[in-house]
Amino acid sequence: MRIIRGALVIVFLVAACILAACSPEEHQQPVPVTRTQHSPPVTGDAIVEGTIGEASTLIPVLASDSASHAVAGQIYNGLVKYDKNLTIVGDLAQTFDISPDGLTITFHLRKGVTWHDGSPFTARDVLYTHRIIIDPKTPTAYAEDFKQVKTISAPDDHTIRVTYEKPFAPALASWGTGILPAHLLEGKDITKSPLARKPVGTGPYRFTEWVAGQKIVLDANPTYFEGRPYIDRYIYRIIPDTSTMYMEMKAGAIDLMNLTPVQYARQTSSRLFSSRFNKFRYPSSGYLYMGYNLRHPLFGDKRIRQAITAAINKDELIQGVLFGMGQKAHGPIVPGRWAYNPNVRDIAYDPKHAAELLAQAGWREKNADGILIRNGKPFQFTILTNQGNQQRLMSAQIIQQRLKYVGVDVKIRIVEWATFLKEYIDKGKFEVVMLGWNISQDPDMYDIWHSSKTNPGELNFVGFKNAEVDRLLVEGRGTFDIEQRKKAYFRIQEILADEQPYTFLYVPDSLPVVSARIRGVEPAPAGLGHNQIKWFVPKNEQVY
Amino acid sequence: MARYIIQRILMLIPLMLGITLITFTVIHLAPGEPVEMQVAMNPKVGKEARERLRKFYGLDKPLHEQYVTWVGKLARLDLGRSFSSDNRPVVDKIKERLPVTISLNIIALLLEFGLAIPIGIMAATHRDTWLDKGITVFVFVGFAVPTFWLALLLMYFFGVKLNLLPISGLHSLGSANFGTVQYLWDLAKHLIMPVMVASFGSLAGLSRYMRSTMLNVIGQDYITTARAKGLSERTVIYKHALRNALLPLITLLGFSIPGLIGGSVIFETIFAIPGMGQLFYQGAMSRDYPVVMGILVIGAFLTLIGNLVADVSYALADPRIRQGGG
Repeated sequence: MRIIRGALVIVFLVAACILAACSPEEHQQPVPVTRTQHSPPVTGDAIVEGTIGEASTLIPVLASDSASHAVAGQIYNGLVKYDKNLTIVGDLAQTFDISPDGLTITFHLRKGVTWHDGSPFTARDVLYTHRIIIDPKTPTAYAEDFKQVKTISAPDDHTIRVTYEKPFAPALASWGTGILPAHLLEGKDITKSPLARKPVGTGPYRFTEWVAGQKIVLDANPTYFEGRPYIDRYIYRIIPDTSTMYMEMKAGAIDLMNLTPVQYARQTSSRLFSSRFNKFRYPSSGYLYMGYNLRHPLFGDKRIRQAITAAINKDELIQGVLFGMGQKAHGPIVPGRWAYNPNVRDIAYDPKHAAELLAQAGWREKNADGILIRNGKPFQFTILTNQGNQQRLMSAQIIQQRLKYVGVDVKIRIVEWATFLKEYIDKGKFEVVMLGWNISQDPDMYDIWHSSKTNPGELNFVGFKNAEVDRLLVEGRGTFDIEQRKKAYFRIQEILADEQPYTFLYVPDSLPVVSARIRGVEPAPAGLGHNQIKWFVPKNEQVY
Repeated sequence: MARYIIQRILMLIPLMLGITLITFTVIHLAPGEPVEMQVAMNPKVGKEARERLRKFYGLDKPLHEQYVTWVGKLARLDLGRSFSSDNRPVVDKIKERLPVTISLNIIALLLEFGLAIPIGIMAATHRDTWLDKGITVFVFVGFAVPTFWLALLLMYFFGVKLNLLPISGLHSLGSANFGTVQYLWDLAKHLIMPVMVASFGSLAGLSRYMRSTMLNVIGQDYITTARAKGLSERTVIYKHALRNALLPLITLLGFSIPGLIGGSVIFETIFAIPGMGQLFYQGAMSRDYPVVMGILVIGAFLTLIGNLVADVSYALADPRIRQGGG
């Protein structure tokens, strides 16, 4: 009995302590040592990155999730890569030339590169990677770009020559795919290969350990062709919950993670926090949009789409949903990319203008509830979005409110992702969807906007058809000349801004945070990872 | 007796077949396909790639054919390979997660019973006093508090503020180089918070149950008799009353056993514990048929075995059952 009573007292005490813990954080923990700003790079220590999803396979051509590609990116190299300014440069290829007619690309491979197991890297590995990707038996999602290849050959061990039927601009970037070790895979079933869990690559980090559901550990590759990374170990810790990850970071167990807007804006502003961590902020490569089903009679009229856009206050969305951590979108290209057209005339927030446009389209009278009516029918539609994305839901709710002011009655419906795709998107059974696109560095967007891609299961599910855009899309992917491509994509952005098949809402910011003990982190248009092998921790601050 | 057992075991076969049929139908009735989940909304994936993936997973074959293939493999104790892009055998995926889930559940279960029984007894013996009321408030607070909220507060307090306990996961980095004692201590420290949170929520039901059965027993004539004999209150409560009050609780314990292989998604997600709950949830969300069906079938099978064991033990105890009468 006494023990039980004692236990109860302890439990109550603990509860009281927890309540007490909810006080402001400022006066906790001593302020850390002052940091020397200019110390020479040294080797050692480890970096722990928090990731919400676990990788599925570390053979990049088989993986379709971002977590797998993130880890595989440390282990493998492509022939080319994007540098910090998002220009394509050589990676495993020292240099490459494109023939003047744009039909042949020649890659001059680096000499003396070895796989993590010591075998030399040669043209044979490239040929194998290409062969396995186009092999119909390989369950890969990335065959499309490689099917454009007409011939591929290796004149010698360190040269690869690829020819195409017609010039195809996204082709070059497609060679950024991780090259696989032919000597370990040739003649074997790639889907059952042990490399999926124990990869061997050429990259800056070598695979060491994978504890399922917990962590993946990589070690620095001492013979990396661009130089050994300073940081000895790279550890991915799998923590599915962002709040937990945030706590781990505050406790010092995580060095690198992505913050949510509220964490960035409200929970990481203290002096203590900024002495321990560096926060970064740059536009992410994606945008949120509201897509109209253009086959629907209501949305076939351009004026209606423009009116809805004019009735939405995008700044308010960014403030309300992202705590200001984003910028307005007015086209399918993210600001800061070469293909981004800064001079597009966006439809500004102007409810009066919206009302005028609606009146022009025949929506003049309002019923007792203040909803517009035409021929006795109220102006009403449903925004459909997927379950599990709070930002989309909040955006839809704010839009619902705004549209009510101009007399449009909006309902919101949330559907689980698989059902959403199969039953609504693929069948075209929707009025308006709220979705986001993650976009690749290459501006080619043929699959999303070309009129040939409107069949069920294809990505132009809003049914956008515009002859000029079709022509420009083909033109844009059919040349390597940046100026010519720019012209095409600039014009596409103007047309889309006028046509408004989507209301482009916003581009959220990427909000990574890195422990202050890690030096050399340099944000660039490409993000943070571009110079990762140059990151280091000064000797006196190393903890692992 | 042997005949009864054989009969019961033979009965399991059609039952098991029924279970596989229902499992298969239910998961295939859910809209969406595994391939969709992997490649949908990816501009780089063409129609052809989808067809290729569907073919790879055998999804292009008619449903009955898929069912027969799956059951055929199942009969050879092969759960097939996962439809996620790792394509690993389902057995491996379950094997690496089962020990964590089972051990966590057992520890939590022991703690729940270990705490709920004394709390219930205390409440019963101090009926209607401040102690009883205090306990009632306490256990219902535990019942009402959302797990994730409590978990976050505990993490913040013990992990960030006091830096006493690790916040999430099962092992510290570098635990592979620890000695056995240190390794186990590290693991124990990681388990304190999850187990605390898991048990706290279930205290209410169990302790209330214990309290009421205890009160029931204390009101019985034989307790009055025991007291009349002049036995100490201690002996009366712990020797005479408790034993009888425990019986219904043991039945409850029995009911909890099939639940041991299941995990809670919320709880595993927040503490980053790689358990069965997450595996099943992710499997269901990505329509990974073999994983979902595998876990369901194992769960159903364990329940069947549990029932069989229970029935057989009843039969051993009660001749009326094994003779097929009464």
